[in-house]
Amino acid sequence: MLAGCSSDNSAVGAARDYGQIGGASGTELAAEQVLHKGNGAEPQTLDPHRAQGVPEGNILRDLYEPLVMEAPDGELIPGAAESWMLSEDGRVYTFRLRQDGRWSNGDPVKANDWVFSLRRGLDPATLSVYSGILYPIKNAAAINRGELPPEKLGVRALDDLTLEITLETPTPFFLGLLNHSMAYPVHPASVAQNGERFARPGTLVSNGAYLLKDWVVQSHIELMRNPNFRENAATTIDRVFYYPIENADAVFARYRADELDFTTTIPIRQLEFIKASMPSDYVQSPYLGVYYYGLNTTKAPFKDQPGLRKALSMAIDREIITEKLSGAGELPAYGWVPEVQGYQQQQPEWAMWTREQRHAKARRLYEEAGYTADDPLVVEILYNTSQDHKRLAIAISAMWKQVLGVETRLLNQEWKVYLQTRTLKNTQAFRSGWIGDYNDAHTFAELMHSKNAQNDPGWVNLSYDALLEQAANEIDLQKRAKLLEEAERVLLDETPIIPIYFYISKHLIKPWVGGFEPNIMDHTYTKDLYILQH
Amino acid sequence: MLAFAFRRLLSAIPTLLVLLALSFALIRVAPGGPFDAEKQIPPEIQERLNEVYHLDEPLYQQFGRYLVGLAQGDFGPSFQYKDYTVTELIAAGFPVSLKLGGLAMLLALFVGVSIGTLAALKQNSRTDHAVMGVAMTGISIPNFVLAPLLVLVFAVTLRWLPAGGLGDWRNLVLPVISLALPQIAYIARLTRGSMIEVLRSDFIRTARAQGLPTLEIILGHALKPALVPIVSYLGPATAGIITGSVVIEQIFGVPGLGRYFVQGALNRDYTLVMGIVVFYGVLIIAFNFFVDLAYRWLDPRVKL
Repeated sequence: MLAGCSSDNSAVGAARDYGQIGGASGTELAAEQVLHKGNGAEPQTLDPHRAQGVPEGNILRDLYEPLVMEAPDGELIPGAAESWMLSEDGRVYTFRLRQDGRWSNGDPVKANDWVFSLRRGLDPATLSVYSGILYPIKNAAAINRGELPPEKLGVRALDDLTLEITLETPTPFFLGLLNHSMAYPVHPASVAQNGERFARPGTLVSNGAYLLKDWVVQSHIELMRNPNFRENAATTIDRVFYYPIENADAVFARYRADELDFTTTIPIRQLEFIKASMPSDYVQSPYLGVYYYGLNTTKAPFKDQPGLRKALSMAIDREIITEKLSGAGELPAYGWVPEVQGYQQQQPEWAMWTREQRHAKARRLYEEAGYTADDPLVVEILYNTSQDHKRLAIAISAMWKQVLGVETRLLNQEWKVYLQTRTLKNTQAFRSGWIGDYNDAHTFAELMHSKNAQNDPGWVNLSYDALLEQAANEIDLQKRAKLLEEAERVLLDETPIIPIYFYISKHLIKPWVGGFEPNIMDHTYTKDLYILQH
Repeated sequence: MLAFAFRRLLSAIPTLLVLLALSFALIRVAPGGPFDAEKQIPPEIQERLNEVYHLDEPLYQQFGRYLVGLAQGDFGPSFQYKDYTVTELIAAGFPVSLKLGGLAMLLALFVGVSIGTLAALKQNSRTDHAVMGVAMTGISIPNFVLAPLLVLVFAVTLRWLPAGGLGDWRNLVLPVISLALPQIAYIARLTRGSMIEVLRSDFIRTARAQGLPTLEIILGHALKPALVPIVSYLGPATAGIITGSVVIEQIFGVPGLGRYFVQGALNRDYTLVMGIVVFYGVLIIAFNFFVDLAYRWLDPRVKL
């Protein structure tokens, strides 16, 4: 048996097949419980309220325990709060904190620490770029804009172990938001003492399964288990190393040299080799993100041309793209929202048609928009510099050319330039992607709201906005889902965006790493893993 | 000598100022800013960020502020790595790049001069052609081809050495070799050329006529003057190599300055890029100064 691996989540088992290892030694824990993870870019900060990237998130999940945790499969389970209640109007959560919750320095985790932390995240002085995550909390947006003092936030400590959070409107996905680093607690005394540079070894006090031992910028971050963590006895891995390696080939070389046990990426051109030579190491699973083409609806040629936009969408053969180009098992996307809980995925009617039917209809719509073979649509495709985006842009322009006769010009820009061009709407068609912030349709739906700063197609549809606002005030989860689904149908019918495929997460994991389960958020907690003898 | 050093120091200041002004202007002209990201920042927070980092001020005022800070030894906070100042980042990255680059340069100098001399002595022989052929190949194969190849052979397949990261001396072997090989090739070619020229000069002929052994002629008489072109190459090359090679650092996961420089530019981390430019500029100026001193030692005819 896997001694030392039991945890409160007894439902959790090793999802991977260890049959091939076999023998008694194959299921015994290794004497040295050290995990080496490749982690992409160098983290910008380990201050949970100022962090924004995926690499930061991976490390912060080990350092901090939120009120509501995730099981390895992504299901929400009690974390720092052992239980909670929701008022009948769906607006007041009362969290019961655990009695044995401890900071890594031994201090008890108190309700007031949470009040301090949530206020800090929204205080404009903190300069949190992800503060919007907490806007469902009462007065949060006004505080973040500097219109109200942080003390007015709808969060209070009823006693040391009882925390009350009041929301602006019922927010069914609120518990999921608590997983975001914006909702992580910071240790008030050490923040007060060390100011904005508290998130460094020696001064970072955290409440999760691990604590920050060492940080050599651009080299590694070392975490070691937090002896004061309430479930320390159930944690198996003693130390975790996070290596900032962005180059996928370098990651792969170090993985093959057994210097890494776990990677967050693979060199896509080596996929065939990986599948052939180490099939049991390669783990892929659906990931909460969509790769899409935005069409700028504020300018010609796409302004007021839903038919033309739809024609372009219909002319794209997503199966060819996912099979021949992206190639790692991505799912063709006809709808905007990936598979999320409590939501019926949408797709336009024509997604079920045959290729010939689609192309015929696309040609008709294209002609109706006033374009012919002699006078074709000329369109520019913008993408950020990358071989993969380029290949896709070439394929899409070829499909548009072949089916409709569209003339395209490809334009690539370096990342920051591309972001600016997109925001300023100096675009026609542009490649983009969106990874959901939480497991709910809303994280995708809100992007296309006319007031959303990220609505780079500049699409304005009042009935879409109204449906979203209605959904925001709906307590009945099923009715809410129906409203969001209807909104997505409006969106797909107008086609300001052309979904191409839904992302998948790709990992290489050594056979001796146990306890890993893929999940849609691609969140992994080292405390759930263990190292087998090898 | 002192007067020379003083003159050099004085002329360095305007050089640095021009360098600073140019790079400051260039990085600000580049579209996109340090806080642009896929996830849009709430406008109020964006405003406050601009205020805190003084990005809302006119450019000349920002430049003035930067110079004042710099005069006090303050490179400012990093826009990207929010828990660190630029000074801390440079202080962390430079020793690593210095160690790798320094070792690579020493290795390149020793091997390059040796084989270059050998080739010069056996001019137009098979040895010469073989050595120079290898050197040409060394110059032509880029780092980003050579380094992954070395990793594949020595780390992944043979498992003699680590594929990357920091650690003990074993971690240094592959990056140092990758850095040194093109330099070896270049130095060997330079040495061969200048050695051939020196060997034809009158004083060597005199030494030969006196019956001195070849080794003594080379080491005692020919080497010093033959090194002059190599030294002028070494100045900027050393400054370049010890401030880090982004390719080598990325492939081997080494936390040196080169990665900061490129990442800093991509992230529009204004302060970090400026900090490294200043640092690099000072190093180049310093190394050129050392080179001039070395000339005098190598060739007494040179007046400073």
